[in-house]
Amino acid sequence: MDTSWYVVLSAFIFCIGAAGVMTRRSPLVVLLCLELMLNAGNLALIAFSRMLGNGEGQIFALIVVVVAACEVVIGLGIIVGMFRRRLPIDVDQMNELRG
Amino acid sequence: MLFEQILFFIAGFGAIAGALGVAMLRNPFFSVLALVSHLIALAVLFLLLRADFLAAAQVVVYAGAVMVLYVFVVAYVGDSDAPLRATDDGLVKAFGPLAALAIFLEITFAVVGSSLSGLGGRGPDVDARYGSPEAIGDLLLTKFLLPFEAASFLLLLAAVGAVVLARKRRGLEDLDAPGGVAG
Repeated sequence: MDTSWYVVLSAFIFCIGAAGVMTRRSPLVVLLCLELMLNAGNLALIAFSRMLGNGEGQIFALIVVVVAACEVVIGLGIIVGMFRRRLPIDVDQMNELRG
Repeated sequence: MLFEQILFFIAGFGAIAGALGVAMLRNPFFSVLALVSHLIALAVLFLLLRADFLAAAQVVVYAGAVMVLYVFVVAYVGDSDAPLRATDDGLVKAFGPLAALAIFLEITFAVVGSSLSGLGGRGPDVDARYGSPEAIGDLLLTKFLLPFEAASFLLLLAAVGAVVLARKRRGLEDLDAPGGVAG
């Protein structure tokens, strides 16, 4: 398959994730849609790595996976903290950082 | 060649269906399951791109470990979807998909319209070592040693941060309702 197919597919998945981030209200689903966007970026990185024929784009993708794992851990920690303090689990009502 | 194309379309449609499921399903638990199927379809695409190690890491780390974390938190927070549609904002709901469609068209035109010569081909032929754990490890420990160490430090910071965020705080109990113990 040509590289452009992979890049267009990656753009499509990225936009589904972006639409989810903009429309959903539950922070859990917003985090899941962020994962979609990061994975779409990974797909583009690996496709370009294959296009160039060297493996360096795969290292980029691996680092993106690490950053995504960190983001998930912190995000889920914040959600658990919100739940414990009985705050509404809704991104629209969450507008201050004061702990 | 034909087999590769068939596999690409099957995995691509699987990935798109999984992504749509994540963004549109009402129950967060089903969203997590849709993301697992999306990640597995993406791993197939990675295999087609000769990224063997990343495909394995995707399935083991992402679809395995990270998604289990999501399932735990969804089970802990519970059914938080019921009050979510109480105050629907029609404008935002309509604007989000439109903006996403605009981004998609923009990226597609930018990619297809660019005169990047490599986009029309499959890339050069690579040997069997390409994308193997050996090649990845070689690159990580020589050329990309600093990003590797930075990533390990970031993981440590995230682990410490998660413990700090989710621990049971002293002095929080009297802020809660009488008798309500945090956690």
